[in-house]
Amino acid sequence: MAGIFVLVGHIEGQVGKPSLELLTLARRLGTPIAVCSGSAPEALGQYGAERVHVIESEDIGAHPIGWVQALAELAADTPPDAVLTEATPHGREIAARLAVRLGGGVLTDAVDVQPGPDGPVVTQWAFAAGFTVTARVARGVPIIAVKPNAVVPTPAPVEPAVTRARLVPDEASLRTRVVSRSVRESTGRPGLTEADIVVSGGRGLAGPENFALIENLADALGGAVGASRAAVDAGWYPHTHQVGQTGVAVSPQLYLAVGISGAIQHRAGMQTSKTIVAINKDGEAPIFDLADYGVVGDLFQVVPRLLDEIARRRA
Amino acid sequence: MKIVVCVKYVPDPASQPRFTAGHTVDRENVPGRLSELDEYAVEQALRVVDAAPDTHVTHLTVGPPQAAEALRRALAMGGHAAVHVSDDALAGSDASATALVLAAALRRLTPDLVLCAMASTDGGTALVPAMLAEHLELPQLTFATEVSVDAGTVRVRREAVQATEELAAELPALVSVTDRIGDPRYPSFKGIMAAKKKSLQTWTLADLGVPADQVGAGAARTVVDEITARPPRAAGTAVQDDGEGAWHLAEFLATKKFI
Repeated sequence: MAGIFVLVGHIEGQVGKPSLELLTLARRLGTPIAVCSGSAPEALGQYGAERVHVIESEDIGAHPIGWVQALAELAADTPPDAVLTEATPHGREIAARLAVRLGGGVLTDAVDVQPGPDGPVVTQWAFAAGFTVTARVARGVPIIAVKPNAVVPTPAPVEPAVTRARLVPDEASLRTRVVSRSVRESTGRPGLTEADIVVSGGRGLAGPENFALIENLADALGGAVGASRAAVDAGWYPHTHQVGQTGVAVSPQLYLAVGISGAIQHRAGMQTSKTIVAINKDGEAPIFDLADYGVVGDLFQVVPRLLDEIARRRA
Repeated sequence: MKIVVCVKYVPDPASQPRFTAGHTVDRENVPGRLSELDEYAVEQALRVVDAAPDTHVTHLTVGPPQAAEALRRALAMGGHAAVHVSDDALAGSDASATALVLAAALRRLTPDLVLCAMASTDGGTALVPAMLAEHLELPQLTFATEVSVDAGTVRVRREAVQATEELAAELPALVSVTDRIGDPRYPSFKGIMAAKKKSLQTWTLADLGVPADQVGAGAARTVVDEITARPPRAAGTAVQDDGEGAWHLAEFLATKKFI
């Protein structure tokens, strides 16, 4: 059974939304074959995985190269028509190495994937999302790293056939040692790349203590918290929340920029958001050129009032 | 110890990108420069030299004739030599072909440590470091925010999506660094003058034994069928806050069903 390999991430059976998006896309292209470690979460069948291939290995969790070996072994057995991964650093590394190992071609940062006469047709945004690119893999197995929010995950229940294989990592797979790994405490908020709503703070917040305003607004809207590079460089918020060219690129339904001027590096990471709202005291700030709705004013006045107004409307 | 820093000549991000008839990025007819993110990798190599002066640093690039400018810039920051792989047959190469050629050059240069940036500022796929590691069977330690080399072991720290990690590997190894790792030095006048006298070799595909039919547009594994400029976002409504700004914004969010 040739199919579409989908690399699935799950934490103790909780399948991430990006993985469900990959399964939804895979159904357009062929027969989804979910590849995961540990157990076979129920959600995979609910989202159309006809087969679930479980890799049994203690070493595979943290480091990408074990996955490369596992996928290459599976491909030797069942050559896939395409491989889908998430466009995270982890997913990209797997895609890149797998492409060399299988002689495939890689396309990254897909925002849409459609079937085509010559294989999957991938849409990407390039050059700070200033250009729309359609591309395909002309030689070898198409390996596609897909951005979160490329599609709305939709269920299509099937009863998957579950296969299991023990991975014996080869020597090359073990050469990078994970010396330590400290998992960050969960904030309870949605992940930045997969959130439908992102509220970001910048230099206008004037200090780390004021990020509480951003967190409160994010919580009121059920969103994730982002930060501009200026705020991160100042040490006001962790780098893992940086939205922009060298941070995380987001594409939510709503992006709310608070006290962010909108430098090009920041815009590169958020300008594909469906709706953009800006609050900034400088009416000339470039962020207003992108904003569907802008409030020119003091964020320390506007944000607390907005929180009150949201609470009042919900009451 | 030998370090090779892989660098790329990219279109100046401040200028409008242009594309060839084959839908690849035009690097020959637009102003270009050393990719800014590569400067962070060069800097880390130079810090190793600062601590261990017997370290030898070579900057390596694959690109059109103008790409030599990127190497001169890297040499002006520091380092000892540069290698430019340039060949007409390379035009239109994708990430796979670029990695193939860089890997062939690295086999000749036999570094203990390969340093790369996290990504280029043009294609931005972040694929090449991992592809190089695969070709050369090197351990890879990517997206480093700190790096140290000691007694044949390289260690990095990195901020993964869910965790902070420390990775280690015996040399030889490949490390890619982010722009969080420490600001690159600015080339001094002395550095710029000294760079002019440093060795800059140009190698062809024949020198590396890479068949021309494995690279370039004709061998590309990925093809772009179409590139279109996205229409600029039209600015929407902006209100001056006169005490009612939050109310107006809440109205807007409510009509869009966000609240």
